[in-house]
Amino acid sequence: MSVPAYWYLVLAAALFSIGAVGLLVRRNVLVMFMCVELMLNAANLTFVTFARVLDDIGGQSLVFFVLVVAAAEVVVGLGIIVAIFRRRAGATADDLHVLKG
Amino acid sequence: MRLLASVTAVDAATFVVAGAAVVFGALGVVVSRNPVHSALLLVLTLFGVAVLFVSQDAQFLAAVQVIVYAGAIVVLFLFVIMLLGVDRRENLLAEPLKGQRPLAVALGLATLAEVLLLARVRWDTGARSVAGAASGPGSNVAKLARSLFTTYLLAFEVTGALLVIAVIGAVVLARRPPRPGRQASRTPLPRDAPRWPEAAGPGEPEPAEPAEPVGARRPGP
Repeated sequence: MSVPAYWYLVLAAALFSIGAVGLLVRRNVLVMFMCVELMLNAANLTFVTFARVLDDIGGQSLVFFVLVVAAAEVVVGLGIIVAIFRRRAGATADDLHVLKG
Repeated sequence: MRLLASVTAVDAATFVVAGAAVVFGALGVVVSRNPVHSALLLVLTLFGVAVLFVSQDAQFLAAVQVIVYAGAIVVLFLFVIMLLGVDRRENLLAEPLKGQRPLAVALGLATLAEVLLLARVRWDTGARSVAGAASGPGSNVAKLARSLFTTYLLAFEVTGALLVIAVIGAVVLARRPPRPGRQASRTPLPRDAPRWPEAAGPGEPEPAEPAEPVGARRPGP
């Protein structure tokens, strides 16, 4: 018998929490982006686990869509980062306060 | 304990090794000071997740995970890191907001506790699957393809449009703003044509804070 679903859910919860804390703590925009990827992977792991437990292929289809959206998000996000860095080198998330009121 | 005894040793070992790789890589992404190390540890995490996909009979997604994430997205990250020259070490001890770190860790622990609590809830509603069974005869790829191309066909088409839009957006964002000098030689644009915001300032867009050193300007070895 395979590993029970609870183990996978605990692992996904840990992965998601690490990603969330990293997103809040780090100031480098690129590392923040990587933390977003960690959180997306945690969600994907949960989806695949439930697809196995509930015997439903729809969970895996949803992971496919999450992958596509993650790829599109990374492309646009990195384009924005490149555009920002072209204007001011070495910018962290704290330096981007032009819109601050 | 009966539950644990029924797990085969191979499955348990796979889970433990892959799970340890996932958690180690994720922690490394967060705490490593060099963005390049973060990206490489992200690859470790993604591989661990791919192994966990395989162990749950999602072979196609595992392959896609390795190809798309490790092969494309992380390479894109590395490209941007090298291109921008931000591979310098970051001082992790500098805390711009007082009390943000403890608050963030507390929030993360609260998230963890909440998700763990929710994971204990009985999730089986007894509703029948609409997308088809994940187990049974036939390969995983065939079942996933049947689901994608019948039940989720519209969503699949929309993702195609999304990818095209993302590519166009990336090209527009990464394009260099037209230089005012060169624009004068090309007559078609009128003087007051709307331009990029960078062109609104005088002359070329300059880095606003030249005092901050970037990796490209490091003294050589």
